Amino acid sequence: MKIAVVVFPGSNCDVDLYEALHTVCHADVEYVSHKQKNLTGFDAVMLPGGFSYGDYLRSGAIARFSNIMPAIVEFANEGKFVFGTCNGFQILTEAGLLPGALKKNNSLKFVCKEIELKVTNNQTPFTTQYKMGEHINLPIAHADGSYYAEKEVLEELEKNGQVVFRYMNENPNGSLNDIAGITNKKGNVLGMMPHPERAVEALLGNEDGLRLFKSLLANGKKKEEAAR
Amino acid sequence: MINVRIFVTYKESVFDPQGETITEAIHSLGHDEVKQVHVGKFFDVQVDSSNKTVEKTIAEISEQLLVNFNLETYRYEIMEEA
Repeated sequence: MKIAVVVFPGSNCDVDLYEALHTVCHADVEYVSHKQKNLTGFDAVMLPGGFSYGDYLRSGAIARFSNIMPAIVEFANEGKFVFGTCNGFQILTEAGLLPGALKKNNSLKFVCKEIELKVTNNQTPFTTQYKMGEHINLPIAHADGSYYAEKEVLEELEKNGQVVFRYMNENPNGSLNDIAGITNKKGNVLGMMPHPERAVEALLGNEDGLRLFKSLLANGKKKEEAAR
Repeated sequence: MINVRIFVTYKESVFDPQGETITEAIHSLGHDEVKQVHVGKFFDVQVDSSNKTVEKTIAEISEQLLVNFNLETYRYEIMEEA
């Protein structure tokens, strides 16, 4: 399974993602520039956190127009794995690959801390190694993380089990339904505000994010074997 | 050339934390008669086109880029022909 980490101008968690996959998971991973136009040979794509294009206009809005974006949309539509964290999540909503939008935190503050989450769907390719309902801790670091969608869209998300992570105890940004991460209807695209890539080594204090990458790698392998 | 000002604001259903905070600040100035503030943004756009096609241009750039319809809505004013 070969994984692409897309680098936009202003990405700043691309190295964290790369290292989580390469150094910790020993996965086959490569950086892909926003200038490239195709994703041939890759089985999963990761959109990192940061401030792509300076967050001009709206967070993630300009990244949608980069060269690589049509290939990512096609990739997602083919059912391949797409993951976006933080700014990556914002890009996925702006590109229409995930419903809703992320707006300014209710507090108007940039929040940077570790927060408790509940795994509310462990049947996605990204979460099979978590227990259903399990509480985990992951870091968050964002100013525009308040998830918003129209009532009908929220009902649809809940009905389909597309809400994968929910904030526990404290909602740090005003997200509706305490939403921290969602998938598309098919389940092959996941976007989340928390940073699992910053929590992959016990030595650094937290490895609750590791199983997200391990789940993806295991499910990618399963998919490869099934295709043989 | 036609000068157009496009206003983008949150939809009524969307909580506007900046507007809320500014309203509170205005109240601390003693202006309790101010009941609500909504924050938005505007874009001044110069369009090289006739009056006939400018509306189409504005609708397209607003809908495809300037506005996120999940959260926002827009209106515009044609200012003057430059």
